[in-house]
Amino acid sequence: MSDFLLQAMVYLAAAVVCVPIAKKVGMGSVLGYLTAGIVIGPFLLGFIGEEGKDIMHFAEFGVVMMLFLVGLELEPEAFWRMRHRVLGVGTQQLVATALVCAAVGLALGLAPSTSLAIGLALAMSSTAIALQSLKEKGLMGTAAGQQSFAVLLFQDIAVIPILALLPLLATAPAVADGHGGSTLSHQPGWVQTLAVAAAVGVVVAAGRFVVVPALRVVAKTRLRELFTASALLIVVATALLMQKVGLSPALGTFLAGVVLATSEFKHELESDLDPFKGLLLGLFFMGVGASIDFRLIASQPGQIALLTLGVVAIKLAILLALGKRGGLSLDQNLVFSLGLSQVGEFAFVLFAFIAQLGLMDAAMTGTMLAVTALSMTLTPLLVLLHERVLRPRIGIAPAAARKADEVDEKHRVIIAGFSHFGSTVGRFLRANGVEATILDNDSDRVDLLRRMGFKVYYGDATRADLMHAAGATDAHILISAVDGLAETRGVIETAKKHFPHLRVLVRARHRFDAYELLDLGIKDIYRDHLDTSIRLGVDVLRHLGHRAHTAYRAGQQFREFDEAGLAKLAPLRHDMKDYISNVRELIALQEQLLASDRARDPGSADHAWDSEGLRNASK
Amino acid sequence: MPKVLVLFAHPRLEKSRSNRALLRHFPESEGITFRDLYELYPDFNVNIAAEQSMLLAHDVVVFHHPMYWYSAPPLVKQWIDLVLSFGWAYGPGGTALQGKTAFHVVTTGGPEAAYQLDGFHGSTLGEFLRPLQRTMTLCGMTWLAPFAVHGTHRKTDAELEAAGAQYARLLEGLASGDLRPEGLQSLALLNDAVPVP
Repeated sequence: MSDFLLQAMVYLAAAVVCVPIAKKVGMGSVLGYLTAGIVIGPFLLGFIGEEGKDIMHFAEFGVVMMLFLVGLELEPEAFWRMRHRVLGVGTQQLVATALVCAAVGLALGLAPSTSLAIGLALAMSSTAIALQSLKEKGLMGTAAGQQSFAVLLFQDIAVIPILALLPLLATAPAVADGHGGSTLSHQPGWVQTLAVAAAVGVVVAAGRFVVVPALRVVAKTRLRELFTASALLIVVATALLMQKVGLSPALGTFLAGVVLATSEFKHELESDLDPFKGLLLGLFFMGVGASIDFRLIASQPGQIALLTLGVVAIKLAILLALGKRGGLSLDQNLVFSLGLSQVGEFAFVLFAFIAQLGLMDAAMTGTMLAVTALSMTLTPLLVLLHERVLRPRIGIAPAAARKADEVDEKHRVIIAGFSHFGSTVGRFLRANGVEATILDNDSDRVDLLRRMGFKVYYGDATRADLMHAAGATDAHILISAVDGLAETRGVIETAKKHFPHLRVLVRARHRFDAYELLDLGIKDIYRDHLDTSIRLGVDVLRHLGHRAHTAYRAGQQFREFDEAGLAKLAPLRHDMKDYISNVRELIALQEQLLASDRARDPGSADHAWDSEGLRNASK
Repeated sequence: MPKVLVLFAHPRLEKSRSNRALLRHFPESEGITFRDLYELYPDFNVNIAAEQSMLLAHDVVVFHHPMYWYSAPPLVKQWIDLVLSFGWAYGPGGTALQGKTAFHVVTTGGPEAAYQLDGFHGSTLGEFLRPLQRTMTLCGMTWLAPFAVHGTHRKTDAELEAAGAQYARLLEGLASGDLRPEGLQSLALLNDAVPVP
């Protein structure tokens, strides 16, 4: 017990110390966790020894959870639209990287089968590192983000055939274990295929018909921890099922996420699982850091450095070529390529399996594991290099030299996020003579808008230094028009902390995001669809023959009522049952309001111009 | 032949028995244009250019609305404020409406007797409409007395139908030239220009 507490304390303390420092210096949390792992690992402080690898196996579950969460954010239709990209870019990346690496292996004198096995393992990228840093920087929605996701998803799919293929390369028979070890691996091919199809069917059907009703029952118990437990159960059960039929657990939970993306519990699941995912991923990165075998590296530094750089260079070159073919701009291409240039966590498993098959000796396995861990450490550094050194040269960052002579042009309004929402606000303000400084972190969009003459800066409004460069100190108003809730939170927190004088007007995607924003004390919340859908409803009333002005007023009243209901429900939503009954109450209230609006009896508040009411009253 | 423009304004037509009755009789004629202001501008965002070109294309302008708190509905005021602009309708060069004719068609809940100097409201309808009268004459238009449908709360359906037919005859007479504005200026109410059918 005390052993466990001590370990937990070491990990948590290392994370709490290293991650904020890494963030402060401008490096992502990934590098912070990796550094923490190295510090507490056997070669520096020695708090943890060889168990680093075991921790990693456990912590890989964070990746599984992350893919579930990614799935939750991806509605089935969006996923279906991605299929061509996943198959196209994914196949090309995997095949090209595996073949080139295998060719190099051959040239170095390895056996053909060993070369191919190692090539396949090296072709894998790290979902944990790449997705985590993309999400942290709010880049998932950009072209680079989509491309990265497509490649990573394909790799997850490809894992199964690769595990099946490896034993064919081996001369010594071996039994698959761990990840690949499905209970069906001794069955004939058609049984396995059937089992896989059945498992996928089970996930989809269960998501639709079992999970959602079950969650409703759980929500009624009003026990928040029970809901969290259910969320974990969904992920664990899906992962287990997938492992049993030999599919990647990450792929399975991703699918489960997509199925649940349209359910009403989407946001509850997200907020409940997010901390677990974060902690497990952190643990995973620390495990990677701790498992770097510095003794081995010290004994042959040149060889390992050369191998690491060589592998990263090969992966980078292929990714860059794919990005270019995919039409990514230089900056986006670098985000994509550098982000995926490492060897992924799955290579740890593959190398262990390859060694077990007798394709590699122990020394070589150690070397390859070191190369993998080092390449993972290299990624955040390369990304940092790109952001700090390369990007200003491509010309999409606010150039420090030009800033000085722009002081007199400092604008009173800053718009963070220039997607459809932000750009409409920007155009409206501009039409009325108000120029705004615009910050956006999609470099493709920044490029385009710049060419159209907008004053757009590439940047992330969650970074205080960038906000400062954009003139936040002198501005009056900050408009947060970024897409996701996490980003929105970031923008608000930075503004509150560093520029408390700014009046912050915030876009919310929907009611649930709006609740979160109300919790943060934001008063000026603008929901994406609210005005538009009411306007459409008003037009429907008109098409049905209602008087235009009456419909217009009904729309205005409805909007006011809805906004008032939002504020009323926000504090109650933590209590699920309360929330549900209150939603019912709200709907009932809305119905009441509408009914009274239709009846317009003389007793109701608004009967201006109602001569029939007057007539009845005077009788 | 004179062209007649009827600018109709009622915030809740669906609740007005009398105005629905009047509109049922509205004549279909090339010389008479009907514009439903609350339908066109439910958000009060009046299209100034469109309204001005409408005015230019007509000779007689009729403001048809109920009386509410001794005045016209707010959209009529909004329409006046935006459309009758300086330098166009009045002021230097503001001659667009010179020589045209304007009057109101109104409905009131109270009976005709209430709109007398010694009546319940203590003023005539013409006096209540005085600011509107001055607005039109400042723009160089000929002002006529209103056509009024009084006592709508107590009118029977048959009486309302009769008022509708009378309203239609008034519009048709103006559009055909049978009724000439200069001949109507002495009347206390335009109702007297056309017989009740």
